[in-house]
Amino acid sequence: MKLGVLFSGGKDSVFACWRAREKNDIACLITVVSQNADSYMFHTPNIRCTRLQAEAMEIPLLSWPTRGIKELELEDLMGSMAAARDQYGIQGVVTGAIESVYQAVRVQRICRCLDLWCFNPLWQINQIDYLRQLLSDGFRVIISGVYAYPFEASWLGKELTEERIQSLARLQEKYRINPSGEGGELETFVLDGPLFKRKIEILKASQSYANYRGNFVIEEMRLVEK
Amino acid sequence: MICRILLADLCDKKNSLSRYEFVNPIREILERSGFPCKICHYTEVTDNVLASYDKMILCGTALKDNAYMGQIDAFYWLKDLNKPTLGICAGMQVISAFFGGSIVQQPAIGLNRIEIIRSSPLLGKPRQIEGYHLHNFGATLPEGFLRLAGRNESPEAFQRCTLPVYGIMFHPEVRNRWILERFASL
Repeated sequence: MKLGVLFSGGKDSVFACWRAREKNDIACLITVVSQNADSYMFHTPNIRCTRLQAEAMEIPLLSWPTRGIKELELEDLMGSMAAARDQYGIQGVVTGAIESVYQAVRVQRICRCLDLWCFNPLWQINQIDYLRQLLSDGFRVIISGVYAYPFEASWLGKELTEERIQSLARLQEKYRINPSGEGGELETFVLDGPLFKRKIEILKASQSYANYRGNFVIEEMRLVEK
Repeated sequence: MICRILLADLCDKKNSLSRYEFVNPIREILERSGFPCKICHYTEVTDNVLASYDKMILCGTALKDNAYMGQIDAFYWLKDLNKPTLGICAGMQVISAFFGGSIVQQPAIGLNRIEIIRSSPLLGKPRQIEGYHLHNFGATLPEGFLRLAGRNESPEAFQRCTLPVYGIMFHPEVRNRWILERFASL
C-alpha cells in the first residue's frame, strides 16, 4: 500500500515511518508547518528541518502551511492529506500517536472523510520500552524542546541515552509525566536512524529557556556519510 | 495454573501494520498483568490451536478494514467454543453475525459515554463509563444474547445467554484496561 507519513521530524513520526516501511511503500512525508508555537496538533521548534531528514531518507516531502489556529488547523491538515493523495497517490496515512486520543480522533475523522486508511503503529505502546527500542534500533534523538516542570535547561540539545531514559522513568513515577513527551512535556528531533541513508550533523544551534519552557533551535546543519 | 489467552488478529492480512495498533496493545496489557498470550491470524485459528488456550479474544481492526465481514465462515470454531471469549469491535461484529445477528452501519470515532444497563462478570454493575470507539459498523443483538450496555439497535456490549462469551463495541485498550484484566481473571 502507498502511504504518507504525518511527519514532524521527532522520534515518534520517524519511528512510525520505519515501522510502516516494513511492508508498505512510503510515497511521501507530510509536514504541516504551523506558525503558532503552541499548536495543539503540530510540533514546531525545528519543523523546517524536516526537509533535510527527508533528503537523508530519500523520501519526498510535502510541506504544508497552517496558521495553527485551534480546530481551523484541522482544515489545513485535511488539505495536506488530500494533496498527498492527489500528488503521490497515497491510500493511507501513518501517524506517531501513542496515547493522544485528541490527535488520533482528529486524524481518524479526516482519513474517513478522505477515504484513506489510518495507521498508528505506536498506539498504546509502553513508553519506556519504546524509548529503549529507539536506542537498540539505532536511532539518534535529541531533546529539542521542554515545556513542563521539572525539565531544566540542561535537557535541551542533549541526546537520548539509557541514563536519560532512566531519568525520564523516575520523572514519570514522581510527576506523572509522559516519558515520551506526548503530553507536550518534550519535543525531539531525529539525527539518524535505520531509514537514514546519511546522518544529520548540527553545525550551529541556539537555545532559549525560562520557567521550565525552552527550545533548542537548529540553525545550521548538513548531511554526512554514515 | 496460569491462564493462557489466544488473541485472534482480525486484520485483513497476517502481520499487517494494523496489528501494532489493534492486537499488540491487548497482548502487552495482558502480559503485564501476568497472562501469557499468543497472537494468531484468524485464518489460522483451528480447533487444534484453540485446544492449547484457556480463553480467546477476537481483536478489532482499522476503520477501513472490513475484510473479516466476507469471511464469517472462517470463524466456524465459535460454534462449539466453550471457553471464555471476548470480541472487541470487529470481534463483536463477527460474534453477532456468526450467531444470527447482523452487522449494521453505525459509525463512531472518539470517546463516548457508555451506559451499562445489566450486571455481568465482565463489566460489573450498571453505571456509566467512557469508552473509545473506532468503527463504521455496529452489530445487532442475536437471539439468545443479553444486552449488557447501550440502548441503540446495536448494543455497546452483549453476552451470550449465561455463557462467558462477550462482545464490546469500544476499545478497552484505551482508558478501560480493567476490562481486559477482568476478562483474563474470569
